[in-house]
Amino acid sequence: MKHIISALVENKPGVLAHVAGMFAARAFNIDSLVVGRTEDPQLSRMTIVVVGDDNVVEQVRKQLAKLIPVVKVQDFVGKPVVARDLMLITISVPPEKRPELLSMIEMFKGKVVDIGHKFVTVEVSGPEAKIEAFIDMCRPYGIKNVARTGTIAMVRHSTATP
Amino acid sequence: MSNESNSSAESANQSALKPGSQIIVDTLVELGVDTMFGYLGGVILPLFDKLYDAPIKLIVPRHEQGGCHMADGYARASGKVGVIVATSGPGACNLVTGLATAMMDSIPVVALTGQVRTELIGNDAFQEADTTGITRPITKHNSIVKDVKDLARTIREAFYIASTGRPGPVLIDIPVDVEVARAAADDCPKMELPGYHVKTKGHPRQISTAASAINKSERPLLYVGGGVVRADASEELDALVQKAHLPVTMTLMGLGAFDQTKPESLDMLGMHGSAYANYAVQNCDLLIAVGARFDDRVTGKIKSFAPHARIIHIDIDPASIAKNVKVDIPVVGDAKLILAELIPQVEYRQRQEWFERIAEWKKKFPFCYDNNSSTIKPQYVIEELYRQTGGEAIITTGVGQNQMWTAQFYKFKRPRQLLSSGGLGTMGYGLPAAVGAQAARPEATVVDVDGDHSFNMTLTELATAVQYSLPIKVCIINNGYMGMVRQWQQLFYNKRYSYSYLSNPDYAAVARALGAGGITCDKKADVSKTIKTMLSEKGPFVVDFKVEREENVWPMVAPGRDLHDMDGLDILESLV
Repeated sequence: MKHIISALVENKPGVLAHVAGMFAARAFNIDSLVVGRTEDPQLSRMTIVVVGDDNVVEQVRKQLAKLIPVVKVQDFVGKPVVARDLMLITISVPPEKRPELLSMIEMFKGKVVDIGHKFVTVEVSGPEAKIEAFIDMCRPYGIKNVARTGTIAMVRHSTATP
Repeated sequence: MSNESNSSAESANQSALKPGSQIIVDTLVELGVDTMFGYLGGVILPLFDKLYDAPIKLIVPRHEQGGCHMADGYARASGKVGVIVATSGPGACNLVTGLATAMMDSIPVVALTGQVRTELIGNDAFQEADTTGITRPITKHNSIVKDVKDLARTIREAFYIASTGRPGPVLIDIPVDVEVARAAADDCPKMELPGYHVKTKGHPRQISTAASAINKSERPLLYVGGGVVRADASEELDALVQKAHLPVTMTLMGLGAFDQTKPESLDMLGMHGSAYANYAVQNCDLLIAVGARFDDRVTGKIKSFAPHARIIHIDIDPASIAKNVKVDIPVVGDAKLILAELIPQVEYRQRQEWFERIAEWKKKFPFCYDNNSSTIKPQYVIEELYRQTGGEAIITTGVGQNQMWTAQFYKFKRPRQLLSSGGLGTMGYGLPAAVGAQAARPEATVVDVDGDHSFNMTLTELATAVQYSLPIKVCIINNGYMGMVRQWQQLFYNKRYSYSYLSNPDYAAVARALGAGGITCDKKADVSKTIKTMLSEKGPFVVDFKVEREENVWPMVAPGRDLHDMDGLDILESLV
């Protein structure tokens, strides 16, 4: 099962190596790992997606918490969360197929960020499944490049989705 | 303000600043360090220059690995933090085995390593190595100090991290320009560790649940590890055992946590543990683990471990709990505090049937060996050492058969009496650990019971013992093999003794050449008087005991087998 683990870590050199090294040394599999600064310059947030049964993920959580530069660890499993990926994707497309592609991009609420005679680069964000679906839809055109951020997530504080 | 007063204020200010090297020394003194270990090298020279006048005794090993084991042995014997200093590159790399040893056994060691100048880092400079990168997985924590203002704080944090919670080694990497740069002494008085919280007090409800489980149990068993030693919780453990009337078994790391000469002791459990301890584990209805981590050498096949037992697990490291086995009653916290809270809540129960069953196993399968041979039996040497030291010596070991026989045939009465590399299984640990232990406890009799091949790995440190007049004794259990490896080859590889033999030098002569005393003992009749001679020697002394070459350690739970499925019981039974 996929678990999204969110860790608040000290914003210091070597912290990413500490975390990544621990995952490798203990043979835990990382699906994705995203690091970014927070509103507090002393702290960064790591969002880590791991796959494993409950025992494995409990160990991941405990071993993470044990690292000195890791301030707080949360496992979002079972909680209502907003989880998002961001992707930039460059698609080969001849001019005659462009309108069809653009309407598909619109359906996915994507945004064209670069365009040439034979390609477009699109920015898409959303849940992982949506990103995967978009990639799938682009395959018939020909995908030149994909860059994805991996998942970031936050617990929902209300049930309302705007 | 005139120019003149301005510049004098500046120079006064300047003189209030101390170089990083002095800050290191002052901080170490402030933290109570009076003895440390260290080897010199280019980028650590500013620190050594300050150590020249410091009120700290510095012991220089012959190799940084030895120095790191010395700091470890010092820490294990004294309960204080052991300190090792090394230079960059090769110096730091040589610490790796020592740090990993300390990490696996949760020993508080602080390593200070020199590093190349900050602006050279990453340039493959002379004697540069990525020390923090190399040692990250084998330290509890490590960091590099790039600003002299962070130096004192980082050292204080290192001592705090190393010695609290589940202890472990901490390394600080210090570029040479940071040793030279100046800062005010009190620039950084506070520790900043937002991610380090040690939970020492056990949850009251969990403790009372544990107490009622103990009170209800017909067949309880305490399974005690090195955590009880680290927590100085032996008194509380003994009080709990007496109050509730519980049998106790210990891991290799836990030996001495409970007095093995007391009737409640079932000695060591596990792969080469006692049959009575292993049977007790497999038959108990409640297993109370304290400061132990369910290591594979203890549990045998994990699925069939303690099959009838509910499990209480008391440990300071939450990550240790439910790592290998499912735990029914976890209690996170300091063993000393938790046991103290447990004692008033437990009731005395006779448990006659249970203790009788254990007594029967004890009678049927004691640790024993056939001493009728003409050769010297390794177990006999250890028994005789036990007898002549009155069970009071500090014993260090190598790794392998020598270590297991020591664990089986020396009865430890107190914590910090057995110093052995349990987790990592580091051959060559015994001698330098003995040097460190003797430095910590000058009045104590310190004996390294070593294997011939283990001893060979770090024997150069005998010169260190000689130089610093540390009167350690070494009993080499010399069977001319990597004994445990040979035993495995005999049992699991069809007796094909592939490369498990190295030609040994004359160790007594080597010892004498290094300035220690040394004799060889190859006659059974001489063992007793040789040990007597050794113990009466004023200086470091080595005895090379030429023992039975193919003696095996029994009982043995072959890897992956059930804990009660022991080989060699027929041999033990036939000898009773």
